[in-house]
Amino acid sequence: MTSTKKDPVLVVLQLSGGNDALNTIVPYGDPLYLDNRPNVRIPVDQVLPINDRIGFNPAMAPVKRLYDDGKVAVIQGVGYPAPSRSHFRSMDIWHTCEPDKVGDEGWLGRAIRDIDPQKENVLTAVNFGRGLPRSLVAPGVPVASVGNLETYGVLTGIEMEEQRTKALDVFSRVYSPMLGQGPVLDYFAQTGLDALEGADILSTAPTMYSSSVEYGNDTVAQYMRNIAQTHLAGFGTRVFYTTAPYNSFDTHAGELANHTRLWTETSHAIADFYDDLKEHNAGDEVVLLVFTEFGRRVHDNGSGTDHGSGGVAFIVGENVNGGLYGEYPSLEENQLLEGDLHFNNDFRGLYSTLLEKWMGLDAQPIVNGSFEQMDFI
Amino acid sequence: MAEKDIALMAHLMRRAGFGATYEELEARAANGYEATVEELLNPEGQPAIQDDILMRYQPQWVSKAGLEGQQEEWTYRMINTKRPLEEKIALFWHHIFCTGHAKCEYPKQQNIELDMFRTLGFGNFEELLMGLSMDPAMVFYLDNCMSHKDAINENWGRELLELFSLGVGMDGEANYSEDDVKEAARAFTGWTVTNSVPRYPYGKYEAAFIYDPSDHDYTDKTFLGETGNFNGEDIVKIVARQPAAARFVARHMYNFFVADEPQVPAWQNTPPRDPEAIKMLEDEYFRSGYDIRSMLRVLFNSDFFKNAQFEKVKSPTETVVGTMRLVGDFDMPRPGLNAMTLTIRYMGQDLLNPPTVEGWHTGREWIDSGTLVERINFTADAVGNTSHRGVQSIINRLGSEGDTISSERLVDGCLQLLGHYQLADVTRNELVALADSEGELRTGTDEFGQRVGQMLQSIVATTEYLFE
Repeated sequence: MTSTKKDPVLVVLQLSGGNDALNTIVPYGDPLYLDNRPNVRIPVDQVLPINDRIGFNPAMAPVKRLYDDGKVAVIQGVGYPAPSRSHFRSMDIWHTCEPDKVGDEGWLGRAIRDIDPQKENVLTAVNFGRGLPRSLVAPGVPVASVGNLETYGVLTGIEMEEQRTKALDVFSRVYSPMLGQGPVLDYFAQTGLDALEGADILSTAPTMYSSSVEYGNDTVAQYMRNIAQTHLAGFGTRVFYTTAPYNSFDTHAGELANHTRLWTETSHAIADFYDDLKEHNAGDEVVLLVFTEFGRRVHDNGSGTDHGSGGVAFIVGENVNGGLYGEYPSLEENQLLEGDLHFNNDFRGLYSTLLEKWMGLDAQPIVNGSFEQMDFI
Repeated sequence: MAEKDIALMAHLMRRAGFGATYEELEARAANGYEATVEELLNPEGQPAIQDDILMRYQPQWVSKAGLEGQQEEWTYRMINTKRPLEEKIALFWHHIFCTGHAKCEYPKQQNIELDMFRTLGFGNFEELLMGLSMDPAMVFYLDNCMSHKDAINENWGRELLELFSLGVGMDGEANYSEDDVKEAARAFTGWTVTNSVPRYPYGKYEAAFIYDPSDHDYTDKTFLGETGNFNGEDIVKIVARQPAAARFVARHMYNFFVADEPQVPAWQNTPPRDPEAIKMLEDEYFRSGYDIRSMLRVLFNSDFFKNAQFEKVKSPTETVVGTMRLVGDFDMPRPGLNAMTLTIRYMGQDLLNPPTVEGWHTGREWIDSGTLVERINFTADAVGNTSHRGVQSIINRLGSEGDTISSERLVDGCLQLLGHYQLADVTRNELVALADSEGELRTGTDEFGQRVGQMLQSIVATTEYLFE
């Protein structure tokens, strides 16, 4: 395990919808890329080169800067055997590490249970977004889920502050006596009091925070800012999670314009987050994983791309050994899997690396098996 | 009208529907309990939602209904139907006979399935299982279209027995063997669906069930101790006459309509919470010839049902739909329907997209710190909005009781008009003290409405209100 002064923290950014790997890390030196992408193609002269074969999407300059500093690991050809092209199913597989049967327990839920088995901290894991992604779900594992950090809390609809304070006071006084009144009421009471406590603590984060970094106004940027605020407030949160909403990376149509906007926003959010932590001397405390449920079809459909396989993931942080990991999947037709890129890197190996080398946990029971680890930590 | 009758009617309407306003409860109680049960059990006596008008407001539900569009449509129907048990029974079977939107080639395939639940769902269980076996959404979801006479796919055969009709076991014994699964799967070879492509240029079509005799395995099968050249319908017939089928339907009904049971995987070794109630329902299953409507009639008229008030944790769907019916919002398909519907997902129930083929775990498992906050805030926002018709009605009723009302009356009156909710004494005392701390309650003022709204908000935030 890497030694840091503080407990290691994992941040996960989920790019829902299936990010087009080919237009993210662009194989601009491969004539097959040009052949397969007659319409939905990044112009070769605009690519930000990594080497003479591949390079970053031009909208990713902020990430390229961190890559050049050696702080970004590009995980190429990441996926799993017999890939599903369904958003829901494929995301489930990434969430549960169960490619064969449908699982209902998330990998991070299991990790959180290992980190805080006695549930000593109601904020061991915090999700930013509405509803809990399955990766964070495991029976008996509390996770705070925050739609809006500035307004997060119980009974937020009561506008007058005095009334709300009274109502919350009553809330805690009517929940407490339910403790010990049988298993169900006891569980509800504890959950309610945890939620109240979590909200109370979290609400102090924005007021404790100041930074020279100005994040964008898009959802991902604001949530990355919230994660920085919460981490810097020092509540002991070990796992943060957020999601690019609305399956926005599902670029079946109008991909060039949409994908450019998405990566402009996402790249700035990632780099702003990195810079923000660095400004607060906390860059070595956090590692960020950026992933998506699948890559997209090699051949474009005229204005976008359809669901495919073989994606790309990123690991970002001061403690990351930057560079390329895995192999760029071949675009040769006989190497494709039903028209899609073949994975060569099992995502469970990626998870195992993060869990063992960064978080210091036993990965095998969390990812359901032993998988080859990487050297990015 | 005796308040006890209205309280019982509130219980019936929460379980056999999605709750009702106090005015509706009064009218129904005047009509009588058993008469109301009959009306609910025979929904065709009430007008259906007028689809043509609905589609004029929401043309996208026809043209490009993805998952969220279908969720909106179903939620809207649950809120506005005059046939509440028809939608409730569709939800009941959707909890059990899960299909997932992700595995539907045609986006509205599950709408067709829900229509089947609305009609066959009240009828004969054997016919319902036949409908399910020929339901294109299910055939595709559980891969029976991938099961061929020379390459069996057991997925449907297994789940038909395990999750849809018998359950793994009862009274400590297994209900079927692995061989029974294989034999059932063989009997269902050839039960497949038409392709729902092409996608372009006109969009996808719904798939239809077809039977392909050339892909059916005609050799003998031995299933649950009987041997013959069985086809799928023979399997369904044999299944429906098993005592385990009666137990399965009875326990699911009890868990959904009466009181929370342990989760399904525990049923083999965990006895029912109320064995006598289950026995009554099992007996009616066989007496009526597997008739679901008859079983529901026994259930709703039974003492075990009437005595089970607040023994069940509301599902997210029941929470959201019930709240909207109570306050009278979304009685027209106004903007904001999508955001309102999504709160059901945020509370942990993504309708038409269950986490697994096993469906949702119910009862206490609906609640975690994230879903609890979503639930409390959504409900409190709705009942605290004094412009809603249903909230105004509560304010006006309490306001008509005199120039002032006491703090006790504010708490008890709100509980009564929400549908005779009950609070633990300690909770009620805290709420009375809260009302006391705000001073005298003078009716007929703007402040009075706000204080009623605030009291409603505090009530819906309690642990007691998580139950129905």
